[in-house]
Amino acid sequence: MSFPWAEQYTPKHPVMQWVDEKLPLPRLVYNAVGAGYPVPRNLNYFWNFGVLAGLALVIQIVTGVIMAMHYGANTLVAFGTVEQTMRDVNAGWLMRYAHANGASFFFIVVYLHIFRGLYFGSYKAPREMVWLLGLVIFLLMMATAFMGYVLPWGQMSYWGAKVITGLFGAIPVVGEPIQTWLLGGFAPGNASLNRFFSLHFLLPFVIAAVVILHIWALHIPGSSNPTGVEVKGPQDTVPFHPYYTAKDGFGAGIFLILFAVLLFYAPNYLGHPDNYIEANPLSTPAHIVPEWYFWPFYAILRAFTVDFFFVPAKLLGVLAMFASILLLFFLPWLDTSAVRSGSYRPTFRKFFWILIIDVLILGYCGGAPAAEPYVMISQIAAAYYFAHFLIILPLISRFEKPLPLPNSITEAVLAKYGKTDGETVAVAAE
Amino acid sequence: MVRIGAFLVGLFFAGWLLVSFLVGAVAYVTDPPAVTVEHEFHRDPKHVAFSFDGPFGKYDQAQLQRGFQVFKEVCSACHSLKFVAFRDLKGIGYNEAEIKAIAKNWAIKTPDVDPKTGEMSTRAPIPADYFPKPFANNVAAAAANNNAIPPDLSLMTKARHHGSAYVYSLLTGFQAQPAELLKEFPDAKTPEGLHYNPYFANLNLAMAPPLTADGQVTYGDGTKATVDQMSQDIAAFLTWTAEPKLENRRRAGLATIFFLLIATGLAYMAYQNIWADKKKAA
Repeated sequence: MSFPWAEQYTPKHPVMQWVDEKLPLPRLVYNAVGAGYPVPRNLNYFWNFGVLAGLALVIQIVTGVIMAMHYGANTLVAFGTVEQTMRDVNAGWLMRYAHANGASFFFIVVYLHIFRGLYFGSYKAPREMVWLLGLVIFLLMMATAFMGYVLPWGQMSYWGAKVITGLFGAIPVVGEPIQTWLLGGFAPGNASLNRFFSLHFLLPFVIAAVVILHIWALHIPGSSNPTGVEVKGPQDTVPFHPYYTAKDGFGAGIFLILFAVLLFYAPNYLGHPDNYIEANPLSTPAHIVPEWYFWPFYAILRAFTVDFFFVPAKLLGVLAMFASILLLFFLPWLDTSAVRSGSYRPTFRKFFWILIIDVLILGYCGGAPAAEPYVMISQIAAAYYFAHFLIILPLISRFEKPLPLPNSITEAVLAKYGKTDGETVAVAAE
Repeated sequence: MVRIGAFLVGLFFAGWLLVSFLVGAVAYVTDPPAVTVEHEFHRDPKHVAFSFDGPFGKYDQAQLQRGFQVFKEVCSACHSLKFVAFRDLKGIGYNEAEIKAIAKNWAIKTPDVDPKTGEMSTRAPIPADYFPKPFANNVAAAAANNNAIPPDLSLMTKARHHGSAYVYSLLTGFQAQPAELLKEFPDAKTPEGLHYNPYFANLNLAMAPPLTADGQVTYGDGTKATVDQMSQDIAAFLTWTAEPKLENRRRAGLATIFFLLIATGLAYMAYQNIWADKKKAA
């Protein structure tokens, strides 16, 4: 940890002294998530979601490894082995429902984590690398979730795989060979299912590795905080353990309660009924929709309905969909405002909430059938999405007059808890 | 440089989306999308109450057994139930001897290989067997059913929106095609060999009404076998075949949530305790 007042690890037990001398792993843990990591003292509950995303990843890996023990990656048996897991494996239904709904909860907490970063400007210097690695994790999650959804080999699995790999078919000239190469055939089949299973097993461990890099990069500048004011001294921080381990313990409890409610009482609520029908290449479902966490991007994909001269609308949709995620990689350089936190940026804040509503509208339209008026609504909403990040945000950061920042984190905290010394409060309120 | 590039990309995407919107809006006004017959006449499933509704609902075993009887005497002639084994019937209250007898007397035989000659043969099912399929393969199934393959029923109630109510509504929903429909959509007359049903996605299905008369099956428990009653019972049975672990799940959920509430309460107190000195006014 970079702060000079970070406590150093001093092993007390002789065994730990022996271990730490040979392999300073205890030291690493102590400095990463122990008392040796000073964290701003004013983090709000939105800072819980990083740890919750880690928890969700662990739940996915544990349930997934158990599911894999009972799964047959072959189009002839895949659907049946998943059903058998649900019916004949001890607590198989629990593993399966936990894994399917765990994916949804993983995305819920990651989306909240991303929106926290957007509102509080966590992507700004010196934390650009934390943001970039986070986006890499997000892309890996999307790939993993997509391939995982194919594995039960239901109708939506099959047709989802067909539509998503079909996106590559939109690329001119090389598109169709690429699609065939990705699928290992002209349509999703046994070769596709096998490679998706292999990659679906591999990628979570790649995610875990990038998570380590993400946390490593975070520890160079230390955590950001709701005021966006940098840490000035030891009075601004508390050690991660026990302060934030205790707070994260409470957050994890709330997370698990909500997870349990869905898992035990509405396990199919977020799924699509068609995926309980075995894949049938001869029967196309009435509406092919991906899982809910892809809906905003699916809406952007379908919003392009008019060819741009020689560029077909489908290719535009594919480019726009990828662009809608890739543009986030440029965010640290698009938003040039020196003030990080949205709390001190009145204009930015208004547009931020418009963006949230906009993304929710896109999500709703992405889940709806590809018919009017949903297409028209998604066109307006998608236009705002691009305009927000690529046009409005850079302009705001140039012209906005931010509110005065508190002098330090401690000052902001003391103002909140009603320090009796009137002088400091007056400074904070200015 | 990044910002100029971004500005141009943003302008292009947003601009072209607005052009697409205008093109779509003009088309929407000048040539509004035609109303389809499905859009106008398809009905959502009826409201029907089941014992397993709500977070604390449980299966009614007597009803499941009645539903099983309807499956056995009516549905199983055409529909398979391939993910359910005879042994699973323990879950709806039959004992081992009863299950053995049910398997042994099942009308459809289980395909097997003759142990002496190696020829294909059939034998009476045993409790370990899954319910045998009524047709040897899809071609045979389609040939016998006006080119429509009767779907497997194991997961039917999970494979449709509001599945239990859907099965009930479909079975009680057969009717003559409404006169207004034919007046408005003269081309949408139910084709020969299909049957009109407003609860079916495209309004016409190949299955003839399977439950037609009260008393079609004779219930052992004295319940009057009206069409409505039989439809409810089979819907309940098919809910069980799709989700046999429903009661375990809800029980486990109650215990889990009870535990989590206490654990989270303790975690909250620990959090408040640890932070007490940091949150007080200094």
